[in-house]
Formats: sequence, C-alpha cells, structure tokens
Amino acid sequence: MSLESIWFFLVALLLTGYVVLDGFDLGAGVLYPFVARTEDEKRVVRSSIGPVWDGNEVWLVAGGGAMFAAFPMVYAMTFSGFYLAIMLVLFGLILRAVSLEFRHHDQSWSRVWDGAFFLGSLAPAILVGCALGNVIRGVPMDANGDYTGTFLQLLNPYSLLVAVTGLFLIVTHGAAWLALKSEGQLHARAVQWRKITFWIFAVLAVATSAATILTVSRASDNVLGRPLGWFFLVVLALALLYTIWQMTKEGAELKSFLGSALTIIALAGIAAVGNYPEIVPARGTPPDTSLTVTNSASGRLTLQVMLVIAIIGLPPALLYTAYVYRTFRGKVKAADAEY
Amino acid sequence: MLSRIQFAFTVGYHFIFVPISIGLALMVVFSERRYFKSGIPADKAASNFWIKLFTTTFAIGVATGLTMEFAFGTNWADYSRFVGSIFGAPLAAEGLLAFFLESTFLGVLLFGRKKVSKGFYYVSAWLVLIGALLSAVWILIANSWQQTPAGYAIEDGRAILTSFWAAAFNPSFAPRYVHTVVACVIAGCFVVASICAWYLLKKRHVHFARQALVTALVVGLLASAAMPIIGHWHALEVAKYQPVKMAAFENLTTTRKNAPLYLFGWVNGDGGTTGVSIPSGLSLLLGLNPDHEVKGLDIVPPADRPPEQLTFQSYHLMIALSFLFIGVMLLALIMHVLKRLENARWLLWLLVVCFPLPLIAINMGWVATEVGRQPWIVQGLLRTSDGVSPVVSAGEVWTTLGLFGLIYLVLFIAWLRIFLGIIRKGPEDVVEMLEAERASAQPAPAGAGR
Repeated sequence: MSLESIWFFLVALLLTGYVVLDGFDLGAGVLYPFVARTEDEKRVVRSSIGPVWDGNEVWLVAGGGAMFAAFPMVYAMTFSGFYLAIMLVLFGLILRAVSLEFRHHDQSWSRVWDGAFFLGSLAPAILVGCALGNVIRGVPMDANGDYTGTFLQLLNPYSLLVAVTGLFLIVTHGAAWLALKSEGQLHARAVQWRKITFWIFAVLAVATSAATILTVSRASDNVLGRPLGWFFLVVLALALLYTIWQMTKEGAELKSFLGSALTIIALAGIAAVGNYPEIVPARGTPPDTSLTVTNSASGRLTLQVMLVIAIIGLPPALLYTAYVYRTFRGKVKAADAEY
Repeated sequence: MLSRIQFAFTVGYHFIFVPISIGLALMVVFSERRYFKSGIPADKAASNFWIKLFTTTFAIGVATGLTMEFAFGTNWADYSRFVGSIFGAPLAAEGLLAFFLESTFLGVLLFGRKKVSKGFYYVSAWLVLIGALLSAVWILIANSWQQTPAGYAIEDGRAILTSFWAAAFNPSFAPRYVHTVVACVIAGCFVVASICAWYLLKKRHVHFARQALVTALVVGLLASAAMPIIGHWHALEVAKYQPVKMAAFENLTTTRKNAPLYLFGWVNGDGGTTGVSIPSGLSLLLGLNPDHEVKGLDIVPPADRPPEQLTFQSYHLMIALSFLFIGVMLLALIMHVLKRLENARWLLWLLVVCFPLPLIAINMGWVATEVGRQPWIVQGLLRTSDGVSPVVSAGEVWTTLGLFGLIYLVLFIAWLRIFLGIIRKGPEDVVEMLEAERASAQPAPAGAGR
C-alpha cells in the first residue's frame, strides 16, 4: 500500500474517531432540551460530557490538520468550497464549547447558554453528514481544484438524506451515552429516545443505501467490488444486529453504546472504500479534475514525517484518553457534578 | 482584503485569551504544588480559584483557536495549496502531540478533584501546562516558517518539504518562541497581580492575595527584565533574515551607517520620520558599532515594502510598554520588600488597572511582525493577495465577518462577566468548603437523582 493510501485511511480514521467520540456528546447536546427537564437532570447531561468533550474535539483538530498536511488540495477545496457550511459548523462548535463552560458559572444567562448548547450541537451534527454526502456524490470543480457550484447546490436531496441519516445516528449514539451515564427518569427517557431514533436511522439508512446504488453507482460499485468493502458491510450488519439485540436487554447500556459506535465506524469505512482512490470526485466536469490520493497529496517527506509523528503521538493519546474515560466511568449523579 | 481583516480580527481576539490562559496555567501549577506539599485546605481553595479562572479563559482559547485552523482552508485556499506540505504538518502535530494532552488532563482538573489522587491531580496540572507550551512550539514553528522559510523546495508552484529539521528549526523559531512564551508569562503575572491588588485594596482574602501577589511580582519581574535581552536576540535575527521588516520597524528609508533608533515618532506623508531618536542607536544595537551599516527600505522596490506607519507604531508601542512593565513590577516588588506596598493604595490601583497593557503589547508585537512581513504571506515566496480563496465571495466573507464580530462580542461580554464574577466571589471559604466535603462524603439518600 502506498504512503498516500496509508494517509487516506489515517485521515479517515482520525475523522471517524471524531464522529464516534464527539458524536455522542453532540448527540447528547441535541437531545438536551428533550430529555433533561429539571435543573439536576440538565446538570447530569452536561457533567456526563464535561470531562471528555474537549478531548473529543481534538480529533477534529487532528483530523483537519492531518488532511491539511497530507492532502492540502482537498483541504483547500472542501473548506473554501463549503465555506458557509464550514463556518456554521465553526460557529456551532464555538457556541457549544463556551456554553458548556459558562453555563455553570452564569445562572442568569442559563436559558441563553442552554439554547446555545442545543443549536451548537445541532449544526455540526447535521452539517458533517451533509459535507460527507457531497463528498460521496462528487462536486463540480475546475482545474485548480476550486468548487464551481453554489451554496444551495450543496443542499441537494442526496446530501440532505445523508445529513439526516447521520443526524439520527449521532442522536442515537448520544442517547446511548446518556442511557449509560444517567439514572431514574432521565435514564428512562434516554432509553426511549435511543429506541425511536435508532429505528428512524435504520429506515433512513436503507433509503440512503438505495439512493447511493441508484445515483452514485461509482461508490456502490467500489464497495461491492472490493474485499475491504465487503468486510465493512459485514461489520455493519453485525453492528446493527448487535445494537438491536443489546437495546432490548436491560442494563446493557455499555454494549448498546459500543454497538452504535461500531455502526459509525462501519459506515465510515464503507464511505472511505467507496471513494478510494478518489477523495473528492469531480461531478459534471471532466473526471480528470477529481482530487485523488495521488494528485492531491503533499510531498513524500511530509507524509513520512507525519507518519512518524502519528506513530509517536497517537498511541499515548489513546492510552490516556482511555484512562480518563475509565476514571470518569459509571453513572453521573447530580450531587457530584462538580466544576 | 476582507479575509485579511477577518483573519487579523479572529487571531487578535484569540491572542487575548491565549496569554491569559498560559499565564494562569503557570499559576495553577504553582498553587497546586503548594497544596500538594502542604495539604492545607486554604491552599486547595486557592488552587481551585485559579483553576476556575483558567478553565473559563481556556474555553474561549479553544473555541477561537479552531477558527484559526479552519481559516487556512476556508479563506486562504491558495495559500493552503502552496504551503500545505510544510505548514499543515505542525498543525496536525499540534493536535496529536499537544492538544490531546492538554485537553484530556484539563478534564481531570475540571472534574477530577474527588476522583483522582492528590499526586495525580498535581501531575495533571503540569501536563496541562506542558501541553500548552508544546502547542505553542508547533504553532510558532508554523508561523516562523512563514517569516523565515527553510528546508523546502518549490515544485510545480508548491513548496515541498525537503528537510524536516531545517523547516522546524528555521532561523526565527527559537527567538520567536522564547519571546512569545515569556510575553505570555508577563501577561499572566499582570492579570494575577491585578486580581490580588484588588483584594488587598478591598481587604478581602488578604492572606491569599499576599501569597499570590508575591509569586506574580517575582515571576513577572524576572520575565519583564529578561524581555529586553530576548527581544534584542529576536531583533538581531529579524535584521539578518528580514531586513525590510527591521527597516520598517524604524522606518529607515535608506541603507546607511549611523542609523538612528527612535524612542517615538511619526511617519510623515513624505516617508520621513518626525520624533525623538538616539543618533546611531540602531547601528549600535545591531552591530555594536555606530558605523555598522543597516539595510533600509530602499533595498526592495516600493511594491515589496510593508505599510510603514502601522509597523512603526505597533513596534514602538510594544517596546515602550515592555519597559513600563519592568518599572511597574520593580517598583511594586521594592515596595513589597520595604513592607509598604499594602499601604500604597495608588500603587495597588496601578497594578489593578495595568492588566490589559501586556495584552495590548502582545497584540502590537504580533501586528508588527505580521504587517512588517507584508506584502508577503510567506516571506519572499508568496504574496498575501495570491493566497486567498478564489471561490469565496466578498459577500460571504462580509456575512461571516459580521457573525464573528457579533459572536465574539457576546462571548467577550459573557467571559468578562463570569471572570469578574469568579473574582468577586473569591476563593472558597475554608470552613464552608470543609463542611460541603463532609456533607458529600456521606452516602446519598436512596432515590437521589430521581
């Protein structure tokens, strides 16, 4: 496997890590106004993600940075082409970060911060899927690798379908997290939401698959024509069955949370295999303008150095991330929600 | 031009919160060390107080930092294409090697007081500080490379990395790093001193304030006093590698011996300077010899020169402020040694109101170094005007600029209210803290949380 291909899957891995990890706290933020009714319940929701959300967002910083370093053409094309969408994600993340830290210190603005937390979670949760949908479908671009469409063209039916599917998966994942971390009424509501949103997601996922096969046959052919594609399809099927099975059991919250995490990983794997070796396919313009792992990669030495940095940096990061999750394991009680 | 304004505004804003949080991270380590050694509740309350202020500020630093990383792709697409091979790597490394560390252990500081041992908590404070200092390494490598590019070759109109070490340790990195981090320490010390001086004026938390004030004054004086030396080191490097910028700092129009050093001045319409200067001062500083020849703006055509007035004024304001800091810190420390500081209310008030000045100085330094590099975005290689995103329209940037302005304004007001609120409340009362701990140590009654 070439160095460029290794980096394609490493960037995909970092971004998938972001969706798995920040996904549950974004999902929890989207559910926040619906599941948490009392002040104590709200505090439990915020405290359950309090120690970890910041570390989770670093996956986006690392994934974005790795994309910038390894595939600058892709970074430049997508970020400038999806300008307003990226900015909305950014505003969402800013508002959310600040509302989480400030809410506790600032009772008089509590409604403002609650609203900011909800909207700041919702915007990235939808738009990440929308961006992915466009990247799978392909976007119009010129020879310089610049986007030639408009903002509204990004909101095409296929991408919106992927966006809504992604949103419901993220919300399911968030509900699974809250079910894992909470007790009492809040727990009961989280379990309820987990079930509803999971089945909506399942229906949407079938629709997305059908739409992909019908309208983006390049991607579905790639997946069905490659062993790695079949591998992720099998993982997806097992993950879905496992999630459904664990959701019916009482007290299997951790397992159902791992089930939704595995579902995200499998879907991301399928999307990556579906696009490879293209990263951003061109649409409606000559196919040779597509950004591929070879024509958009940065210099060889950069990729080598970055690989060394990733090998040095990632394992300890995973290790102490795991340690912190372990430290904060178990149910969050309103009484020990401490800032 | 709009993208420049947006970038300058969002970085400048980010650069208010970063120095405060680096300075406060240092204070957190100091106070946590004290608690780790003494174990007395008052020290724990003090440490908790600094942690609260630190995390509140850090939150804005994180949120506004993400803007910067995204901005390269969104607003500076052609720049990203040109430098991605080199500039992207430190940004990724910053995430992988610094932010993971910093943010993970910040979680421990925020929520882990009861969950982890005292020793582990103390180590976490250190790891957060180390993470912050490491992230500064990577981001300043990236910035320094724009100023003094090294370890690259141009292939197909793009800069490609040829030597990692040469690019990372490019000529301006070391002086820039020390200069920036020490500046952040000064800013942190002034913020701490301001808070403590206010408590002393109001006769509240006097014991706590005295302790922290001494730390801030000693560290602040050391850092301020070191600054002229560090700044000089940095200036020598600028004169060698970016002579046009050096010339713009002093508005030296022609290459000459006996170049003057301005204490303050104004760039006239005809390009000359009116102001008070030390004859041959610049030649002396840069070459230890009045006959040392200093390169002037005339070594490049007018199109390759930076805006003189802005560069000159920001540079001189930074230097003037940095000498003021030494004076204030020294005076306060002498008065403290003479045991007269707490009665000198005017001096305490001076400390209270001084805290924005280092932040202004830091931003001025940043303006001087970035504007002084213009018209280049990468010195000598790529013009700023060639770096912007071709597809992002002025209307789109206007929209986001307006939204940034609005959101950042709201954040600033909120941050200020909360920051001042924490200060008004002060460190926890030790008796109340112990009682609260005793209460929470008892098993929660059944059915709690329902």
